Parts: sequence; structure tokens; C-alpha cells
Amino acid sequence: MVNITIKGLSFGYNGSKILDGLDLVVGDSEVLGLVGPNGSGKTTLIKCIDKILKPKGSILLDGREIEAMNRQEIARCIGYVPQSSSTPLATTVFDTVLMGRRPHMSWRVSPADIDKVAEMIELLHLDDLAMKDFSDLSGGQKQKVLIARALCQEPEVLLLDEPTSNLDMKHQLEVMEIISSLVKQKKVSAVMAIHDLNLASRFVDKLAILKGGKIYAAGEPRDLISTENIREVYGVEAMVMNDLDRPFVIPLRSLNGGIACD
Amino acid sequence: MNSEKTVRGIELRDEYQKFIGRKVLFFLALILGIITLSGIAATLGSAEISVLDVYSAILARFFPDYFQTTWFAETIVWGLRLHRILMAIVAGAGLSVAGAAMQGILKNPLASEFTLGVSSAAAFGAALAIVMGAGFAGGEFLIIGNAFIFTLLASFTVYGLARYKGITPETMILAGIAIMYLFSAMTSFLQYVGQSEQVQEVVFWMMGSLGRSSWDRVGIITAVLIICYPYLILKSWDINALGAGDETAKSLGVNVERTRVIAMMLSSLITASIICFTGTIGFIGLVGPHIVRMAIGGDHRFLLPGSALAGALLLLGADTLARTVLSPVILPVGIMTSFLGVPFFIYLFMKRRKEFW
Repeated sequence: MVNITIKGLSFGYNGSKILDGLDLVVGDSEVLGLVGPNGSGKTTLIKCIDKILKPKGSILLDGREIEAMNRQEIARCIGYVPQSSSTPLATTVFDTVLMGRRPHMSWRVSPADIDKVAEMIELLHLDDLAMKDFSDLSGGQKQKVLIARALCQEPEVLLLDEPTSNLDMKHQLEVMEIISSLVKQKKVSAVMAIHDLNLASRFVDKLAILKGGKIYAAGEPRDLISTENIREVYGVEAMVMNDLDRPFVIPLRSLNGGIACD
Repeated sequence: MNSEKTVRGIELRDEYQKFIGRKVLFFLALILGIITLSGIAATLGSAEISVLDVYSAILARFFPDYFQTTWFAETIVWGLRLHRILMAIVAGAGLSVAGAAMQGILKNPLASEFTLGVSSAAAFGAALAIVMGAGFAGGEFLIIGNAFIFTLLASFTVYGLARYKGITPETMILAGIAIMYLFSAMTSFLQYVGQSEQVQEVVFWMMGSLGRSSWDRVGIITAVLIICYPYLILKSWDINALGAGDETAKSLGVNVERTRVIAMMLSSLITASIICFTGTIGFIGLVGPHIVRMAIGGDHRFLLPGSALAGALLLLGADTLARTVLSPVILPVGIMTSFLGVPFFIYLFMKRRKEFW
């Protein structure tokens, strides 16, 4: 179990700031959803936590400064799941998941590594696809393979970059259910960039709303998903209703870009 | 996280072992092909000896108590033909491995010694020696030394340009193509100002040939391969991870820039050490790895050794044909590699419907 503490995090390219002085805490076995409009810095924040990008400020993993850890150490603690659509791979499902053992093994693949891969493939119900080529899979299947690969790293923190983008309704729910149950089962913390507020409302423990590279608000979904916040952050008029103690959003119209029809 | 062994889990492990077994079988088939073709290639020439004489002459050198040979067969095989055959094997293996590594680290199916400017730099080095008589070494090493030095110079220039813009596959390929055009233009200039015999020699050098082989040269290329190949194989997991994108590779613990630069330099060194002796031999570095990728997939733990074997078989096959189709005229092997390999490659490419890259 591990918690993440982010203090004064800033990142920018060529003078323009993408993240601007972020403070955030992710608790043990907690799923934090990062929401916000395009360009608000969700993906950049995830890449900074994994030290793919090098920001200013401090990111602590259970008190250990990420900046002081080398790539191998970070890979043993943090699993990163990129968007499946951006991952072309010429390997089989089994070999793709096996790649997740890279931070733990030398060149030789041990029987224990093979066992771990088989375990993750079974856990994500990918056994019938194990020897198929990754490129032959559907978007939902690819996403599950990438989650299995990240879990093979035996991480304490799981970072997911829009895991449900490009997926149909069934696969969106399936992927979110898998992530939600794995976080509890494997006792890892997860940070997930997500666009769909309704999925976020249902599956994350905590939300952080980003706007212009800053944390606009952070807290429980039921406290943050409101017509006022959606109007302010997204510039969208929406109706927020409550079902099973979770808010859900019906977007009505864009406030500044739409064309009036009546 | 417990790894309980379920029935399905055990089945999965067995399936994976069989999957690996199929790749090993593919390797064994290639090795068998190389041994057979080597035997046949050594029988070709004005002095007639049989395949059995060839194998006996080779084995008698290592196991004199068990195999008998004649002075004639031993002289023909060891003195005249075997070094050319081994040159084809080590040069083909090296070019193909370098191509596979370049394609892997640059995530580009077109990456090869040509697209990275390495071949045209070598050609310019050779042309400079032939036309102007200028070079880094003298005597018989004038052309070889120039080709070698300019090859490495091109690699460092590509690296320098890419480093300035940020080392990504795109910057390296674009820098490579720019360097390729620069050296091609300079070679064309030398051909324009050169005398007709010199131009003919430059053209012949650029077609590639194994006719300049010798035991020393086989030894040098083998030594370079022995030094460079283990690093590439050791980094095969990292090259696999690079295929998933730089960000994923970093998240899996790979030092992306260092791996890319070292692998690129070693690939260039392998290529330089081969083409300085043989001239530019196209096709092998590009298509050898693709044939293996189509046959056994893109896992570099198997792709690199598989490419070495396929490259060796392709170049040996091409050289054997080059020596026989218009015998006694020996065609430049660079021509034959394309004549032999392209139809085979197109056949595989058309037959395999799903994506392989």
C-alpha cells in the first residue's frame, strides 16, 4: 500500500505552463479520477507522476521523492497504462503482458515470471486470446492487455490515461469494473485521467477537477459534480441528477460555441 | 499477489512453451538451410568436388581421427571457397541483425543502413579513395578505411543532428535521409569529375561483392559481431518495449535515449565493418528482418537471432546464384540479393494478410 503526495507541481513547454503549482494527495487503495476539459493537464500530470516528464515541484511515494528514484525503481512501484489506440505492438498478448516483468527480471524469463503472466491473463479473462497478436484485438481487449501488463509490474500505484476512450458502452463498464475491483483486491492506488463524468462518478473514490493546469476542486464525486462546476470548468449547461447516491450528468448545451436552433 | 496454478494457467504455460518451441524449430530449419547451402556453394567452380568431399574436408580439420579428406579437396575448400561462403554468412547475418535493431529502436519498418545515410556515406568514402586517391589510410586499406570512417562519421552526424532536436525515431530518420542525400550528391559529383575507369570502379564497388573476401576479413567481421551482438541481444527486452512507444518504455524502466543511441552506434559499427569490405549490399538489412518478423513475430529476443540466420541464408543464396546464373561470369551480389529476395518477400507479404509490423 502506498500514498502519493504532490506538492507545488509545475510543468511547461516553451514558456507556456501546462501544470501550475498543483497540490494533491492520493490515499491507499484509492482511485483518484482526474477530470477536466481537453488541455487542462490530466495526461501531463500522469506522465509527471511516472517521471516520463520531469516537472518542478515534489512528488512523494510514501515519503520517497520520485526525482531521486531511477527508472528501474519507479517501474517496480508504478504501472502505467497508456491509451490502447496509441500502442502499436507486433507481439502476442502473452509476450505483451510478459513485457511488464521487465523491471523485475534479467534477460532470462524465469518460471515465476511465466506464472505471473499466466495469473494476470487469467485474472483479466484473456486466456483465450493469449497467443493471438496484440494488433488483432479489439479496443476493449487491448485495454485489458495493457492493464494486465501494468499489473505484471506488481505496482503499488497504477496510472491510467483515459482507459475508456474509444471503447463502446459495454467495454467502458467492463474496464472500469476491472480497475475498481483490482485496486481493492491488489491494494494499489490508482490515478486515472477520464473524460466521462458519469463513469468517474460511479467508479472513482475521489475526483480532482483540473482547469488551466490548476486544481479547480478536489473531493468526493457527489460534492464536486454539480451544474455550477460543469458550467464553470467545461462551459457547458448540464443537468445533474442523483441515482444510487451518485450524481449523473446530462449535458444540455455548450455555453459559448453552440448554434441556437429555436 | 499469489500465483495459484489453475488448470487453465498450466495450459497457458504449456501453450507458451509450444509457441517458443515453434520459433526454435524455425531457427533449426534456417541453420539446416545454411549448412546445406554452404555444402552446395563450395562445390561450385572450375575444380569439381562433391558435396560429400566438402563436408569431409571441413570436418577432417576439426576431427582428423574420424574424417578423411584429400589434399585436393582440402585446398579447394579451405584455400579457395570456404572464406567466401563464411563471408556471405557473417556479412548477411551482420547486415540483417543491424537492420532488425535499427527498425526496432527507430520503430520504423523502412529503417536500414540506406535510410540512415550509412550506405551512401560508405559509398562516398570509397569514391573519394578511388577518384581522388585521398583517404585516412594508405595502400590496400585506402578504400576500406575511407568507407569505414565515413560510415561512422555519418552515424555520428545523424546522432548529433537528432540530439540537437531531441532523439526521437522521427528526428533520426529525417537526419539520416538528409545525410543520405548529401553523400549521394557528393558521390555523384566525384563520378562526374572522375575518369571513366574510376567511375566504373566506383559503380562496381557500390553494387557490392563478396569477391574481395579473405580469412582476415571474415575474422574482423566476426570479431565485430562477437563484440556488438551480445549487447543487442541483452537489450532485446528494451527494444521490444521501445516498440510500444517511448513513454511506455520509460514506464517499464528503460533508459530510452541511452538504449537507442548505443544500439544505433553498434548497428552502424556492424554495418561499417561489413560494407567497407563488401561494398554496399542492399536489401538484406531491410528485408531479412521483415521475413523473420512475418514468420515468428516481432519479439526481438527471437527476431535478432532469427534475422542473423535469415540474413546469412539470403546472402549465401544470393552469392551462390550470382556465381552460377551466368557462369563463368560472376554477377555482383548486390544485384542478386534483390532479384532473389524481392519476389520471396512479396510472396510472403501478400500471403500474410494480418499486420506484422
